[in-house]
Amino acid sequence: MDDIDRGVADTFPKLVRGNAQRFPEKVAIREKDYGIWQSYTWRDYHERGRRIALGLASLGFARGDKAAIIGDNRPELYWAVLAVQALGGVPVPLYQDSIEKELAYIVDHAEVRFAIAEDQEQVDKLLHVQAQCPGLEQIVYDDARGMRSYSEPCLMSLAELEERGEKFALGHPTYFDDELAKGQADDTAIICYTSGTTGAPKGAMLSYRNLIVTSRLASEREGLRADDEALAYLPMAWVGDNVLSYAQAIVTGFTINCPESAATVLHDLKEIGPSYFFAPPRIWENMLTNVMIRIEDAAWLKRRLVKFFLEVAQDLERARLSDRPLSAWRRLLYPLGHLLVYGPLRDNLGMRRIRIAYTAGEAIGSEIIVFFRALGINVKQLYGMTEASVFVAVQKDGDVRLDTVGTPMPRVEIKISEQGEVMFRTPGVFQGYFKNPEATQATLVDGWIRSGDAGFLDASGHLKIIDRANDVGRLAHGTLFAPKYLENKLKFSPYVKEAVCIGADRPFVAALVNIDLGAVGNWAERRNIAYTSYTDLSQKPEVYDLIEGEVGRVNQSLVEDEVLRGAQIRKFLILHKELDPDDEEITRTRKVRRGHIARKYAPLIEALYGDRDRADVEAQVTYEDGRTGTIRAGVRIQVVRSGDEAHR
Amino acid sequence: MSESGGEGPLLAVESVSVRFGALMALNRVSLDVRSGEILAIIGPNGAGKTTLLNVISGFYHPFEGRIVFAGRDRTRLAPPDVAALGVARTFQNVALFKGMSVLDNIMTGRLLKMRGSFLLDAIWWGPARRQELEHRAVVERIIDFLEIQAIRKTPAGRLPYGLQKRVELARALAAEPTLLLLDEPMAGMNVEEKEDMCRFILDANDELGTTIALIEHDMGVVMDISDRVVVLDYGQKIADGRPDQVRKDEAVLGAYLGLSHD
Repeated sequence: MDDIDRGVADTFPKLVRGNAQRFPEKVAIREKDYGIWQSYTWRDYHERGRRIALGLASLGFARGDKAAIIGDNRPELYWAVLAVQALGGVPVPLYQDSIEKELAYIVDHAEVRFAIAEDQEQVDKLLHVQAQCPGLEQIVYDDARGMRSYSEPCLMSLAELEERGEKFALGHPTYFDDELAKGQADDTAIICYTSGTTGAPKGAMLSYRNLIVTSRLASEREGLRADDEALAYLPMAWVGDNVLSYAQAIVTGFTINCPESAATVLHDLKEIGPSYFFAPPRIWENMLTNVMIRIEDAAWLKRRLVKFFLEVAQDLERARLSDRPLSAWRRLLYPLGHLLVYGPLRDNLGMRRIRIAYTAGEAIGSEIIVFFRALGINVKQLYGMTEASVFVAVQKDGDVRLDTVGTPMPRVEIKISEQGEVMFRTPGVFQGYFKNPEATQATLVDGWIRSGDAGFLDASGHLKIIDRANDVGRLAHGTLFAPKYLENKLKFSPYVKEAVCIGADRPFVAALVNIDLGAVGNWAERRNIAYTSYTDLSQKPEVYDLIEGEVGRVNQSLVEDEVLRGAQIRKFLILHKELDPDDEEITRTRKVRRGHIARKYAPLIEALYGDRDRADVEAQVTYEDGRTGTIRAGVRIQVVRSGDEAHR
Repeated sequence: MSESGGEGPLLAVESVSVRFGALMALNRVSLDVRSGEILAIIGPNGAGKTTLLNVISGFYHPFEGRIVFAGRDRTRLAPPDVAALGVARTFQNVALFKGMSVLDNIMTGRLLKMRGSFLLDAIWWGPARRQELEHRAVVERIIDFLEIQAIRKTPAGRLPYGLQKRVELARALAAEPTLLLLDEPMAGMNVEEKEDMCRFILDANDELGTTIALIEHDMGVVMDISDRVVVLDYGQKIADGRPDQVRKDEAVLGAYLGLSHD
């Protein structure tokens, strides 16, 4: 912090220059390209950032200009972020799978002048967007593939831009250093648009001070080092990637690794074996599902062996997490299990070297955490928000509990409002939403951020989150109803990909379920159940029975809970299509948008509370290019026994 | 319509006939494939399309007529010699080595370009090693080009059909052909796979400069991506021209609407 106030290392371009001087040959970014991991050092990071910056300067980039960054995690795009910041501009990273409508909104709202795009796919979208947003002057693309026949004057390849930069430098030898020196700690470093579960996206402005101080404190408390390795695979538009793969990597000096393509992430993870790993619950769920599928496919003996040892490890881990005494017999077995199962499995997941792994963004089923921790992978919950530069609370090493998100980070204060809402004050508290003072006022109260989450601090100072404050409700007979709590329990099943529970002011809880095509498809194949498509598979009676079993399991786990006993799921249906961010049913970070779903599937929800066992549905789907189509289907409704009955 | 750039066509088929016993599979068919174009060969089932492709790639030899490739008569060459001239192809029914990885399958596309001695290859030393790395680099570029990084190490037989087709295209491209023959590259694909394949074919044509002759049944695809269309029916050429011309041609409509057979 002292450095920051002395104006020395108060922006990322200055920090990168420092890294390039201190350890020029140390690898900063790796990218798998043409099947080989290509390395770029901190000197490259600085140098490429400089060239891109000078190229942009030659095009008339001015301080305060906004530049959109869009594409998969590529070193070139991280350099572009750095370049924009070096010129005193503000990068606005965009989700690479956004449809044109969403892009147009942000490009327009953020007053974007320049865009740096990964490839033809993104350029095509931006060119369409440009028709509605004439403020977008120049589009720079990295991958020239398929771009030969484009003649739009606003297009330029990154290679050409860098060449222009070199030429510009000849005439302006001190330009870059001068601009870099002008940057200050309280300048806006980035605008991250949060998709939000309601309304239009809001652009959270984070300053260099926010990001640098937060990153440094987090690295110190968590013990991150310059020799750590991380995988940069989450969308660059998400604040999490900006803080972990960019801010924290620069501040701490560790290496990030960009996967070859979105489809190879799990494979690349195995090759890199990161020591620092960050994943939202759905990725953990996904990995768990993959493991489960492979276990089910294994030969009988292997399957029994793996299941037995996983059971042993999970029992131990559960005991450890709840401070119960550990069974001596299981402790004896653990080393053998490590040799036979846990070690190989960890290696196979690419998690052998993990020192710190986070799950954040959504609540996670405790069973999922137990599974990975039992294998010896240090998965911890992190509670954060875009508006707080991510880090608010993290479970400390050795102080991990299943039902909390940990203790506050250094210099973070947490309080609970009278309405039970979690509020916090941190060094990372944002500067406000870009051009949206009303929203800023609603979120930022006297320097405190209103999280919108219902929760409390327990006796030992751990923060416990119950649900979104607005989502917690009561059933018609008064039982507390916390939808996400139930949904997460459902989602622990490898067969359930997504679930939406309904129950506020209703007589009972009902659920809309999305099956996991991979796991259920595999299950169906093993039973010789033929199916043609997701829709077809989802409506098979066998699949309904399978899911009924899973719902029953959730109900049974609720029987012992005094408070939530009455909130068991009594009816469910399996949706005929997957919830999709293109259809605005979930956000790009896969948070359920309840309001939209309630409106869109109103007939289905009414049917759940009616007497019929079928309902017809007609739903609009939006393709990635913005076209829409309609799906019609009949959906079955199934009643579930309550856990109490099953108990008897 | 018959004006051909400055030079002659890349491939000229000159009144070629092929007969199987009493059946005239091709009857005095003549057509040109011009350098840099995408030519579609269409026609009802049994019209002789695959036979034509087989004649060009040397599997069959014509009973009469001539085939001129890049200005040289090569009517009677065997398939490997045709391949060595720079003609690669894919097959109507996927013909991959099912047990081999995608990478190895594509590497076989480089076989004709490999010069090695058995001994050096066996100990993977010196020129043999350098050579393999060079070929691997070419193959990796094609893997990147066709976006199949994720299945590099997967045995080809375990892939879904659409991806197998793409791997087959990769193997053909690995030979860095001047002329690429595709036999129904989109048969049995869903809409999305077809769109992908179209893009790859256009990109190969545009970025790699490969001349392409393809057989395809999906008229939408044919009309979208080809520069020129040749229509065969009963072993005879009944039309040859730009997609919009062929679409209106009486004889073509007749053949397709079943006036002549079916």
